[in-house]
Amino acid sequence: MSAEVSTNRLRAWHLAMLEIREFESRVMDLFTRNLVRGTTHLAIGQEAVAVGSAGVLRDGDKTLCTYRGHHHCLARGMDAYAGMAEILGRSDGCCGGRGGSMHLTDTSKGLYGAYAIVGAQIPIAVGCAWSSQVRGTDEVTTVFFGDGTTPIGAFHEGVGLAATWKLPVVFICENNLYSEYSPIHTVVPVINAAADRASGYAIPGMVVDGNDVVLVHEVVGAAVERARAGEGPSIVEAKTYRHGGHSRADPATYRPAEEVAEWMSRDPIDAVAKLLIERGVTTSELERLQADVVERYDEIVERALAAPEPSVEELFDNTYAS
Amino acid sequence: MTVMNYRKAICEGIARAMRRDDCVVFLGEDVAAAGGAFKSTVGILEEFGPVRVRDTPIAEQAIIGAAMGAAMTGLRPIAEIMFSDFLAICWDGVANEIAKSRYMTAGQLQSPLVIRVHNGAGLGFGAQHSQSLENMAMMTPGLKVVAPSTPADVVGLMATAVDDDDPVVVFEHKALFDVKQDVPDGDHRVPFGQARQVRAGSDVSVVALAAMVPVAEAAAAELGSRGISCEILDLRTLYPLDMDTVLASVSKTSLLVIVEENPRPCGWGAEVSSIVAERALFELDGPIVRVAGEPVPIPFAAPLEAAAIPDPARVVAAVESLM
Repeated sequence: MSAEVSTNRLRAWHLAMLEIREFESRVMDLFTRNLVRGTTHLAIGQEAVAVGSAGVLRDGDKTLCTYRGHHHCLARGMDAYAGMAEILGRSDGCCGGRGGSMHLTDTSKGLYGAYAIVGAQIPIAVGCAWSSQVRGTDEVTTVFFGDGTTPIGAFHEGVGLAATWKLPVVFICENNLYSEYSPIHTVVPVINAAADRASGYAIPGMVVDGNDVVLVHEVVGAAVERARAGEGPSIVEAKTYRHGGHSRADPATYRPAEEVAEWMSRDPIDAVAKLLIERGVTTSELERLQADVVERYDEIVERALAAPEPSVEELFDNTYAS
Repeated sequence: MTVMNYRKAICEGIARAMRRDDCVVFLGEDVAAAGGAFKSTVGILEEFGPVRVRDTPIAEQAIIGAAMGAAMTGLRPIAEIMFSDFLAICWDGVANEIAKSRYMTAGQLQSPLVIRVHNGAGLGFGAQHSQSLENMAMMTPGLKVVAPSTPADVVGLMATAVDDDDPVVVFEHKALFDVKQDVPDGDHRVPFGQARQVRAGSDVSVVALAAMVPVAEAAAAELGSRGISCEILDLRTLYPLDMDTVLASVSKTSLLVIVEENPRPCGWGAEVSSIVAERALFELDGPIVRVAGEPVPIPFAAPLEAAAIPDPARVVAAVESLM
């Protein structure tokens, strides 16, 4: 199926995934140097879900994500400097340093929030889709969540309302096999944490290899087109793997070594690189690309670290509109 | 002017807002085809149609989330939560999402929406359908909190709430639904943060809210016959809180009694009381007295429910204790 995707498109996806990985690696590095406050949730290993999904959207489409959401924001075009400055609590951050790592937002790119309460974003995304329906537009909303979200009530209430009202929303589960620290199969009764619930709401539920950006693009694309045509919501479950732990304090020692090794061998960026090489792109070209990204992020991190923190005089800004 | 009861005023306030602005939509459980569990939204569906007026499943998290998502993307939803007690089911959406999103995103996400809830005791609904929960909203930065006591205020405060760019929680007191009053026609608006002087007086200031306003009025009538002149203030909104009017009244009367339906611990009256103590202690001629709900779940049996919330006799006794 990758034959149908142009080499230029593969190149763009490869670059987008490289940038996300570099961004996340820099956040990890800054964190271990004690330069990032609080906590972080990285998406290293899950880049293909974000890049493949974002590629099917248009201007005006909305995306909502979770506290593990840097990759989704970058994939939809958030300025990497604004994201990095936010994570460092700087006034140049996309939220002026008010949100932090878990709340990257840029409505000008269709990013309608990253939510740090598990499941909260799902009914809100349904509301965005309802609004599109009421306003008579053909906008689509995509909303991301983890496998650990599927047992929570807000997930079921949101999916149920969207299905009943036939709203233009696509629910995309990033199933990284772990509900925080617990293997997902120990906390849900179904094989596919999200997709298997779809039949209960009479909507399509698809499972896709989340480490294959081409397949993600194809499956999410079909769900988005269905939503745009007014045929209602779908659930897409992308099987993927986080290379690290749940959050900064988690070394993820609960994962079997063989499982980790197997998923590491299925790295989503390596997979695209392999496709590109098959199409004649040279290794040295890919290496140069990687070096360019590293150089760019050296500059982004340097600028973000030098940016000022917000002024205490602005403490109350935006608590209320009036 | 049109005479209408509080129940009809709820409907009138929603209808006027929907006529003024096509972006206003209305959703909740049984609000459309059935006209509301309290028949307070009869006719809204018929006038505005099924795109703007929607019955939802019994799914409060979905209602609140849908309202927020719609508000963030250009609409001005009015969401009904049938009983304020049910806010506990969807408090994440109200307090963590709606209230905080503007702040956390430096103003990028805005939720200009209204959450209407049926609030309060006195009708024998038992402990899970009778609470007065304004305080939960008052303690949450980002929310505005409204609790009308009259039909005119129901209409006028709803107009202000719908046009406000901040999320507003409106606590409609179900024990007031049959209260009738003249309501101004046209674009009647009551601004937030302006307490209403219900009755002028010189001996004691009585500050009340929602269903406690008529309780205070009944007490004031009795006290008047005993030669004690009460000034009654209806706060109308808890955020913004009109302390200027309260402080001006206290500086005139030098005595303050607060009447609140909710259980006493951490009630809004404690906030009002502490501000008066901080800013006007030496203008007082006696202690601040709070007449509040008892710290018990609202009981079912009539004499127990009556004993759990303030009544005119308790207000009379509180005022007389200061004389």
